[in-house]
Amino acid sequence: MSCWDTIADYALRSQGIGPKLLPRSDFTLCQQVTLIGSGMIWNIYFGVLSLFAGFFLATTVAVAKAARSPWIRKPADWFVFIFRGSPLFIQFFFAYFLFLSLKGVSPAFAPLTSAWLGALVVLFLNTSAYSAEIFYGALQSIPKGDIEAADAYGMSGWRRFRRIVWPTLLRLAWPAYTNEAIFMFHSTTLVFFSGFPATQQRGDALYYASYFADKTFNPFVPYPILAVYFILLTLTVIGIFGYVNRRLNRHLPQDRKQSMKLRMNLIR
Amino acid sequence: MFSFCADPQNLEGLTWLSCYLTTGKHMSIYYAVGTVLLLLAITAPIALGFGFGGAVAARSRIAPLRWFGKSYVAIVRGVPDIAFFLFFVIALDQGFEYLRHQIKCPDWDLPIRQGNDFVVCAAAKLPLSTSPQYVHEIYGFFLAVLTFSIVFGAFAANVLFGAMRAVPKAQIETAEAYGLSHRQTFWRILVPQMWVYALPGLSNLWMVLIKATPLLFLLGVEDIVYWARELGGTKTPQFTDYPHPDWRMWYFFGLLVFYLCFTKVSEIVLTRIMRKLTKGQATLGGEAQRREVVA
Repeated sequence: MSCWDTIADYALRSQGIGPKLLPRSDFTLCQQVTLIGSGMIWNIYFGVLSLFAGFFLATTVAVAKAARSPWIRKPADWFVFIFRGSPLFIQFFFAYFLFLSLKGVSPAFAPLTSAWLGALVVLFLNTSAYSAEIFYGALQSIPKGDIEAADAYGMSGWRRFRRIVWPTLLRLAWPAYTNEAIFMFHSTTLVFFSGFPATQQRGDALYYASYFADKTFNPFVPYPILAVYFILLTLTVIGIFGYVNRRLNRHLPQDRKQSMKLRMNLIR
Repeated sequence: MFSFCADPQNLEGLTWLSCYLTTGKHMSIYYAVGTVLLLLAITAPIALGFGFGGAVAARSRIAPLRWFGKSYVAIVRGVPDIAFFLFFVIALDQGFEYLRHQIKCPDWDLPIRQGNDFVVCAAAKLPLSTSPQYVHEIYGFFLAVLTFSIVFGAFAANVLFGAMRAVPKAQIETAEAYGLSHRQTFWRILVPQMWVYALPGLSNLWMVLIKATPLLFLLGVEDIVYWARELGGTKTPQFTDYPHPDWRMWYFFGLLVFYLCFTKVSEIVLTRIMRKLTKGQATLGGEAQRREVVA
């Protein structure tokens, strides 16, 4: 079987398209690369959707955290504390069993017990909390002069937020937010190792990598393949976010431009 | 545990719960909490040691050593950490067995990798197949500690490398002007001063280390996650005096609260340490403290 056949068979295996059985013996390098790459579809799916949706919730929570009224501020504080203070791994487990119990109450909750929705909800809330903290920090460090200038122009409320506060907030938060995005993609690998079942062996990249490592008892092939995929993904994220960063800062004089300094990623 | 637990059928409410939570099986989850704390206590200093070594290597004047240090730090940035955990546990195990195999069975002529199997001679097995259960458990725990230390060592190396660069250059130049050798400058000037700069990063790392402990479960250690799944599952009256439906949700809720409390307490303690250390320092934090005293 040539490599092209393998790619044709297994490239979409993680979505359930392709042969029912995974290869069981005589694993070729091509099979490993194809299947692990196929699993990356899940990682990208989880990462992109949760980051996109999380961006909006994070902005809301950050603004709520800066609110004066304790009725708005306290819930936002607690939301951020709960999701940042506990391990994502435990959050996944808790959410999965919570969804299982809900499913017992009403079958309407059934989709939540499968990874494509349930894990997405957890990742969405998790990234919202982490990004909210970043945005809140940026919100606190918006130069006083910017706000005063907006006041002088007679802007207030929504208009001031939309035209002055929000763009400055994004500019300040962007390098840290890039880091959060990279980190988010890495966190997506936890999904199929916590409660959420990989039905019919439709798993993510790490799921297939550990499948091969278990079967061949040789970790030195599948994990480096996974590493290469993730390094490529990381570089892509840096490229896209770097482009946005340049666009956000395009009106600033050259010397005030923030260069993107990336911090190391950490487990959550 | 308690004398009134003798007949669980007649118990109600809180008494039932107090008996339920002190059954022999539940003691295992409390021991598992101990395992987690032990892991933290052992891993933290070892990882700091690895980190120090990595940072020193990354600053080395010898090129291969510098490359090694830099790539050690860099490689954990682009790849998900959990992949490292899964990788190192098998890789380290095979590495040790391979080394022992080379030493103990020099006249073995079969290949070590036979198809999908990794075969070493019986004397090189780790732990030996004849050894009792507790040796297997300790070996598993040891591998977990080593894996955690390698991964977190890289993080710590990153923090310490930054801290070493944050020490004002004038300090180093002064030391050199006084005729201190390279080695003396490093140990007497750089190392004592870098900790203040490293502390925010290191305390962040400690929080992250706490949150990484549930990953022990993936390394095959019977930790709190394992026991929460085990104890929470549906129990029928056939096997236990305390039957209950699927309670895993509540067990994981308990773990969630445990971790939240743990991080909160660490946060409070670390803030105190930071306050102590900034006292009298020529930094913004130290200056703020001085002003407080005056006011």
